[in-house]
Amino acid sequence: MEELSHNYYLVLGAIVFSIGAVGLLVRRNPLIMFMCVELMLNAVNLTFVGLAFGLNDIGGQVAVFFVMVVAAAEVVVGLAIVVAIMRRRESATADDLSALRG
Amino acid sequence: MSLEVFTFLLAGLIIVSGAIGVVLSRNPVHAALFLIQTLFGVAVEFLVVEAHFLAAIQVIVYAGAIVILFLFVIMLLGVDQAEDMRVEPIMGQRPLAVITGGALLGLLLAIINSADSLTGTRSASRSLDAIDQLGEPLPNVNQLAESVFTEHVFAFEVTGLLLTVAVVGAVVMARRIPGAMQPLPSTALDALMADQSEEGTSESDVDSDESVGEG
Repeated sequence: MEELSHNYYLVLGAIVFSIGAVGLLVRRNPLIMFMCVELMLNAVNLTFVGLAFGLNDIGGQVAVFFVMVVAAAEVVVGLAIVVAIMRRRESATADDLSALRG
Repeated sequence: MSLEVFTFLLAGLIIVSGAIGVVLSRNPVHAALFLIQTLFGVAVEFLVVEAHFLAAIQVIVYAGAIVILFLFVIMLLGVDQAEDMRVEPIMGQRPLAVITGGALLGLLLAIINSADSLTGTRSASRSLDAIDQLGEPLPNVNQLAESVFTEHVFAFEVTGLLLTVAVVGAVVMARRIPGAMQPLPSTALDALMADQSEEGTSESDVDSDESVGEG
């Protein structure tokens, strides 16, 4: 009988993190890029919980708690920026946001 | 194969398929729905290792709040039209991105494979199977609360500050700033000029400024 080990969580976290990173690089819609950032944050959460399980320590779960709060704050601010930008221009891709180019 | 491993693999399949769906779906609404699938899978993975509180928070905060916020913004802005995936703005960007992601995955798996045993000291006080005074196993929520409100209480307070700052920042950024970064509408400008010519007191200036902001 195979036992659940923390390595399963680490491998799954690595896979999801890589998918999120590829999505962040490939997609041009800012909203979907945000979703890919959420994927990467969830991959890190999986890793934290897996290590909390492996080390038998509650500290990893506390870290996940704080990551979730920071992710919520990040989404709120990020979506406010997206709304503020979209109100002034029509197109919905990250390539057009070149107002700061010198 | 034990039940835990079976549940883990099933939820892992849900997570990975949802993540691929987020990356590949052309419609942002579909991507948000795939994101919900992934987040529920992660909640199941939390339940497998008995992180009950985190699983509940995952569903409430992520699926219930964050994805709904995404959907609100998608609907509000009307950017739910499908993205044209055939256009490649930068030459060779996608192959390079996939290669980079594959290399990242290989690197992470190599690190996991090389670190075959966990190092570090086991904590006696923060063990997951701690018991209370009566010898009963302490629930996960109690353990988490004890750790958050004793060891990490300062971080918890800073978290509250962060949320306050984020809310204020979001309101400030999303509101319409009068006259900033957008040309004044000609009708509002004319009204302002007429106002100023009629009465030159400072009070009417303030009033006209507000009317421009609304216009």
